[in-house]
Amino acid sequence: MADKKKKGKVTAAFKAIGADIKDIGTTFAQGDWKTRLSFLIMGFGSFTRKQFVRGFAYLGTEVLFILYMVLFGAKYLKDIGTLGTVKGGYDANYVYTYGDNSFLILLYSILSIFIIIAFLFIWRINVRDNRNNQNKLSVPSNKDDLKSLLDERFDKTLLALPMAGVFLFVLLPIVFMICIAFTNYDATHQSPTNLFTWVGFENFKNLVSLKTGGFGHTFGTILTWTLIWAFFATFLNYFLGMAVAILINKKGIKFKKMWRTILVMTIAIPQFISLLYVGKMFAADGLVNTYLMKWGWIKEAIPFWTNPTLARITILFINLWVGIPYVMLITTGLLMNIPEELYESAKIDGANAFQTFRKITLPYMLFVTGPYLLTSFTGNLNNFNIIFLLNQGKPQSLELTGGAGYTDLLVTWLYKMTVNDTNYKMAAVIGIMVFVVTAVISLVVYNILPSVKDEEGFQ
Amino acid sequence: MAKQHNMRTRKKVGNAVAYTVLILISIIWLFPFVCLVLQSFRSYITEVGGMVDYLVPKKFSLDSYKFLFSGETKFLKWYGNTLIIAVFVAIGQTAFVLCVSYALSRMRFKGREFLMRFWLILGMFPGFLTMICLYFLLKQFGLTQAGAVPGLILISVASSGMGYYVCKGYFDTIPKSLDEAARIDGATRAQVFFGMIIPLSKPIIIYTALTAFMAPWCDYVFASYVAFGNDNGYNVAVAMQRWVWTNDFQGYFTRFCAGGVLVAIPVTVLFLCLQKYYVEGVTGGAVKG
Repeated sequence: MADKKKKGKVTAAFKAIGADIKDIGTTFAQGDWKTRLSFLIMGFGSFTRKQFVRGFAYLGTEVLFILYMVLFGAKYLKDIGTLGTVKGGYDANYVYTYGDNSFLILLYSILSIFIIIAFLFIWRINVRDNRNNQNKLSVPSNKDDLKSLLDERFDKTLLALPMAGVFLFVLLPIVFMICIAFTNYDATHQSPTNLFTWVGFENFKNLVSLKTGGFGHTFGTILTWTLIWAFFATFLNYFLGMAVAILINKKGIKFKKMWRTILVMTIAIPQFISLLYVGKMFAADGLVNTYLMKWGWIKEAIPFWTNPTLARITILFINLWVGIPYVMLITTGLLMNIPEELYESAKIDGANAFQTFRKITLPYMLFVTGPYLLTSFTGNLNNFNIIFLLNQGKPQSLELTGGAGYTDLLVTWLYKMTVNDTNYKMAAVIGIMVFVVTAVISLVVYNILPSVKDEEGFQ
Repeated sequence: MAKQHNMRTRKKVGNAVAYTVLILISIIWLFPFVCLVLQSFRSYITEVGGMVDYLVPKKFSLDSYKFLFSGETKFLKWYGNTLIIAVFVAIGQTAFVLCVSYALSRMRFKGREFLMRFWLILGMFPGFLTMICLYFLLKQFGLTQAGAVPGLILISVASSGMGYYVCKGYFDTIPKSLDEAARIDGATRAQVFFGMIIPLSKPIIIYTALTAFMAPWCDYVFASYVAFGNDNGYNVAVAMQRWVWTNDFQGYFTRFCAGGVLVAIPVTVLFLCLQKYYVEGVTGGAVKG
């Protein structure tokens, strides 16, 4: 069923492209000479209609595009198949000659491909613009064009900069790193002195390989812990946070604002201070251990950060300290939205506090905060700060490859691969895995969320 | 009569339990901060600067604070760097988020759905994945190492368009009929945006700016990567984490505490003053997703 739907979408897309090409053909066949010339010299038609703003925009795009490709893009794009063949180094006379730089070739090739696509898109707009305007008596003047950018086409003005930013600093790097996952770019293949090249699915095989040197075992351990962590971090915080909110909301409790403010302190104070400090508190020579020893409660320091299981539990506990206030803030207002009559009638029917919570409060809260739970879960999958600032993923172990420790999440492992091991290819593979995990969970959960299925449910 | 009396005592007991729990929670929540402040007053000259087995300093001293201001390190420069980053990121991100949210909430254009879905998918990639590529891009513009401050601002602002969810959700609740009425009166979209929507959106603007302002104070990972060992480009997080982690800086723990207090005070005061807007923002965001 889903497959059929997908197929339908693909065919529809191809049909649309086909229709578009046909449309370009008919435009050329039926167009006047100005339109036809605009196919080659972009914006020509606009100039003849005195639409100089559009004309210069089209022509400028074309000139810049050609200049870019000739002077810059083409020389990188031609090497994309090999990512460079000439190695830099010293010749017989000890003169250094620069070779190909695989990093630059890959990056600028991707950029060039994007620029080509964008150019084709603008060229298409240029063609359509000419066809639409060639037989019209009155066309929008320059002033109208500029004015419309603040009115009907205000979205273009608003989105131009944000979209350019996302393109250059998010999309381009992501595509680049996805490509890196299919190369052998690592410590021994660093540009500019060494070349790297395409290796196909080699790195993905390595990630799941259980042989010596393979990442399979470590990947399994870390992925399991990441999922367990995200589950407990989300739901423990959720239920305990809600409990605290209910406690503060309770009738007869005074200074409600004060209690909330005390809790909110952990949000207010930058995490890099609070988490680093708390991490140190639980160290072997930290306050907690030294005081327990001084009071004679323990003989040796409790290995909060060096015992794998204990480290994981400690992190989950400290995460409560960070996470409960968020949930408390979110749920406080929502809890007050539940109609009082529901509780009163439940009371008359003889329900106890736990029953009312399970039958009234919980279903309502789960319904309303479903989206929050999902974003919180995916956020926890990637909760870099808490792991890294508390104990950097320790304890490390020789059983784990790639410098990983037992509390490492996939993201902190990715970070270690990038910074400590400069194993960029594996870092890229792990990044893709993080994406896959996040996307799969989001999709599955999103489709079973009650608030998505049934928007009117509780209204 | 007896029953009523019974009810009242039960209520009293219940409240007593609740207060006990709340006081316990408060102690747990505030304890680390109290410790942080106490340890910042321990002298690293006459006592020990590192980790010790007692909490209250034997003698209160301001040595650690004096050290920060003495010019022995570039603490003031790092503090200034972070402040500059935070201010510019707050302004830039708010502007970007407002623009994107208005366009997506109010205008219907070709590719709108696609754009939203595409950005959602992009957002699922972990941010650290692209670190080396971003470093390289910044290097091309000369914005690494000593130039790390503008570089970090550029990266944070450029990608901020994707974080429009909460703000768009807020715009969606402003009735569209207001826009339409203004447009019938001859206002352009831009006039509606600047003259009507923005003045109506004070809470969400404050929320966006506040969260954007607070993030750079915690940015350790990317900031340290971009500064690449050049201490002119450090922010406080990058500079001060060395005082906690590195063995050479064993005796710097109290100085870390002092620096931490100095960083925490302005951020915390700002946050507590604007708490109301923050709550409004996170609650709205949580429900609409």
